[in-house]
Amino acid sequence: MKNQGISRRQFLHGASAGAAMAGVAGSRARASAGIVLSEAGNSSSFAQHFSSPAAGLVDMNTLRSLHVWDGHCHMEGFEGRTPGERMENMLRYADRMGVEGMSVFLGMQFNFHAGAAAMRKQNDEVMEAVKHARGRAVGYAFMDPDYLEACLDEINRCVRDGPLVGLKFEFDTPALANSPPLDRLMERAGELQAVVMHHTYIKTTGNMVGESTPVELAELARRHPAVRIICGHTGATWELGIPPLRRVKNVYADLSGSDPTSGFTEMAVRELGAERITFGSDIGGRSFASQLAKVMGADIPPSALPLIMGENLRRLLRPICQAKGVQL
Amino acid sequence: MIDVNVSLFRWPFRRLAGDEPAELVRNLRQKGVTQAWAGSFEALLHRDVSGVNARLAEACRRHGPGFLVPFGALNPKQPDWQEDLRRCAEVHQMPGIRLHPNYHGYTLDDPVVAELLALTARHKLRVEIALAMEDERTQYAFMRIPPVDPTPLLDLLPRLPHLRLALINAGYQGVHSTEHIPELAKTGNIYFDIARIEGIGGVARLVERTSPRRVLFGSHYPFFYFESAFLKMREAALPEEQTRAILEGNARRLLTGGE
Repeated sequence: MKNQGISRRQFLHGASAGAAMAGVAGSRARASAGIVLSEAGNSSSFAQHFSSPAAGLVDMNTLRSLHVWDGHCHMEGFEGRTPGERMENMLRYADRMGVEGMSVFLGMQFNFHAGAAAMRKQNDEVMEAVKHARGRAVGYAFMDPDYLEACLDEINRCVRDGPLVGLKFEFDTPALANSPPLDRLMERAGELQAVVMHHTYIKTTGNMVGESTPVELAELARRHPAVRIICGHTGATWELGIPPLRRVKNVYADLSGSDPTSGFTEMAVRELGAERITFGSDIGGRSFASQLAKVMGADIPPSALPLIMGENLRRLLRPICQAKGVQL
Repeated sequence: MIDVNVSLFRWPFRRLAGDEPAELVRNLRQKGVTQAWAGSFEALLHRDVSGVNARLAEACRRHGPGFLVPFGALNPKQPDWQEDLRRCAEVHQMPGIRLHPNYHGYTLDDPVVAELLALTARHKLRVEIALAMEDERTQYAFMRIPPVDPTPLLDLLPRLPHLRLALINAGYQGVHSTEHIPELAKTGNIYFDIARIEGIGGVARLVERTSPRRVLFGSHYPFFYFESAFLKMREAALPEEQTRAILEGNARRLLTGGE
């Protein structure tokens, strides 16, 4: 097993080393309050603390050893005039942050409910980007169920006959994820063994029209137990988003696209098990950094790390990738 | 490494790893932090501000002398807030205060804000304004607190040349971003922390939009996983001098009053 030996102790060792390297600046106490206002001190090791690939809290060797696959990536937010240029920039940041591979979906500009042509254009861009990924990215086809027949055509064009390995749903206007039109698309996903990623959010401020929550997605998943479905963002309001997934075993929790609030990953591991959680970032609207922190900062068993960071996603993708001859 | 944005005690809606002061200090030290500027989660909802500040000062003294730097709470919409301010400065010897305008029900164009900021400058207190504590979209349904709009500061700051101000938790506000960061950066002694700066390479973009001298390392720990801020610095891949400034130099300058 390639990820043997990864433990939280390694991370803490890195942290302790960081603390030692950081040094303690000279200081003067503020009278009896015991408050220290730092003054100039010898802190020459600071930059090393961050720039050295082997140093720091979450050292690069550890991240690389986890073979991190990011299950939720977009081209939007990156510089580049073409999908190929965008992919180059995505890989540049991925290298910097120890991310080995990515699942990519939606176009260079998000364009929802804009007709079948807009859907096709975005899928074309994803297919083009994946070509430039040197085996480090897979793509999913965007599905806008408002255009059901066009979706079925896109599945044939991009997944059955093309290189894409999954389906991505955003807002299912005017219906939600549990609405009947999605059944036909799930059936096709099942036939092709395509992975389904479906956006969900639970917004205190009110969901958008057609914006599903994990509750609707869980309903859909129950009707299609053989389809592997990833619950995008796990509703973001994760204390409410995790419970609906507990008893629906073909649904996986995606950690992406919300603030790095402490406790998210711990609750997901506790309630779902580490085997049902996939790391995702939602770049470029989010950073790799804040989203990696959800896993690397979590108090979870060491054995959970490689699963969440990549093994689970690769396991989900393996059947369709093997059928297509794509190596993960 | 100076973390300008940590909070002590209990978040009202969730238990957090690190919400006991001793545990917080231990965790931060382990992560390489050498000093942490601490506000209090109690400041958000408690009306007894004086008690909040006394507990904050005591916890900092007991659990992190020389490490935890207390930033007291102040609610200028409550009676006799001026006395709370005086106690922060003179009794507790705090170097600064942390404001939560959205939790306390006022906006930055309220006349009391100008009065408060002028008074803090006279007491040589630094001011942190927390623009948000959490994404409005994921808040408790009966406790919706929109982020603070910093726009009025564009008019206020030129009139307060001695003010030492940091906006913490600026940046990602749900689907929106904090507006006017570049314009605010030009107004004088204002700083921005990185805790809620988002997007790929977000910290590098913040530096471009402001100045490497105006960005502070803040984690919003323990509400956020500390590693988020730490990894953002790696993702930014800034030159060594800028990294050093953000990790410590800028905070030190803000605290010691240098320009």
